[in-house]
Amino acid sequence: MDQSQITDRLKARFGERILSTYAMCGQEAVTILPADLVEVLTFLRDEPELRFNMLMDVGGVDYLGFGGDGEDEDEVRSHRFEIAYQMFSYDLRHRYRVKVAVKDDSVEVPSLWEIWRGANWMEREVFDMFGIRFTGHPNLRRILNHDDFVGHPLRKDYPITKRQKLSRPIDHLLTDKQEWA
Amino acid sequence: MGLESQLDNPFLTTTIDTVVNWGRKYSMWPLPFGTACCAVEFMGVVGPKYDISRFGAELVRFSPRQADLLLVMGTVTQKMAPILKQIYDQMPQPKWVVSMGACASSGGFYDNYSVVQGIDEIIPVDIYVAGCPPTPENVIGAVYKLQQKISQEKVAAWR
Repeated sequence: MDQSQITDRLKARFGERILSTYAMCGQEAVTILPADLVEVLTFLRDEPELRFNMLMDVGGVDYLGFGGDGEDEDEVRSHRFEIAYQMFSYDLRHRYRVKVAVKDDSVEVPSLWEIWRGANWMEREVFDMFGIRFTGHPNLRRILNHDDFVGHPLRKDYPITKRQKLSRPIDHLLTDKQEWA
Repeated sequence: MGLESQLDNPFLTTTIDTVVNWGRKYSMWPLPFGTACCAVEFMGVVGPKYDISRFGAELVRFSPRQADLLLVMGTVTQKMAPILKQIYDQMPQPKWVVSMGACASSGGFYDNYSVVQGIDEIIPVDIYVAGCPPTPENVIGAVYKLQQKISQEKVAAWR
């Protein structure tokens, strides 16, 4: 299905809950709020004409210091963080993107682990890099940075020259019980 | 050297340092600590075209207990740093370290939160090899330089 048709389907189904739409060179996306995330993405997965059975990627964006979406240069973006979900349908060979605007200071977004199991490690990476807390995630630990790391390095207010060493011996890597969930 | 003239003589007079260093420098056993693309270049170095075995450093070991030349080839992250330290500590003396490529020597262009800015923050380094990645000739040059360094060492200094 063409991506503009998918956008139309979502608009028809969710109406006002679609905050904004985006289209560039045939790539379309909608922006929604975290509260609607599970409902919208479950719809995308289960609707017979859409059948997005694979979550390709989860990515985070920090818009700290960015302007708004519009022409006005003084406009401030209403949210700091955005999470982008890329989906793909193996059956129907089409792709789509859904963005979530995190307006809340608690930076909490529902986990998609119940919808796609593959979301597990991708959400851990976004948590590691941006500090987004995915509620309902079975094992929300750091995945790339070491265990003693403090802060979230891809946030725009993380000092660019800050270094954090891991001075512990590696024994704990071998002895700690690892929950793979 | 005129060594032939000594063939009838059952004895040679020399120093312990000369003999031991001569043996050490032509029988280095490398441990490849390959974390990035430099390790692929190392495959060319041990392959038949460049063939590091011509310089005595052919017997690549994958256990630090059996190696005396640690070749650090590639980016070392903060998470990897204690592992590199432990491998270095497990090597028996005498041991030498070659830091191959920009990343291992200085962090390279990974001037960021996750990468160690040069492995000499963690372990002592004998030879640094420039390049991204270095050419095989450059690595052989490092082995050659290290041989020169070894031949100047005092055996007693390792005790």
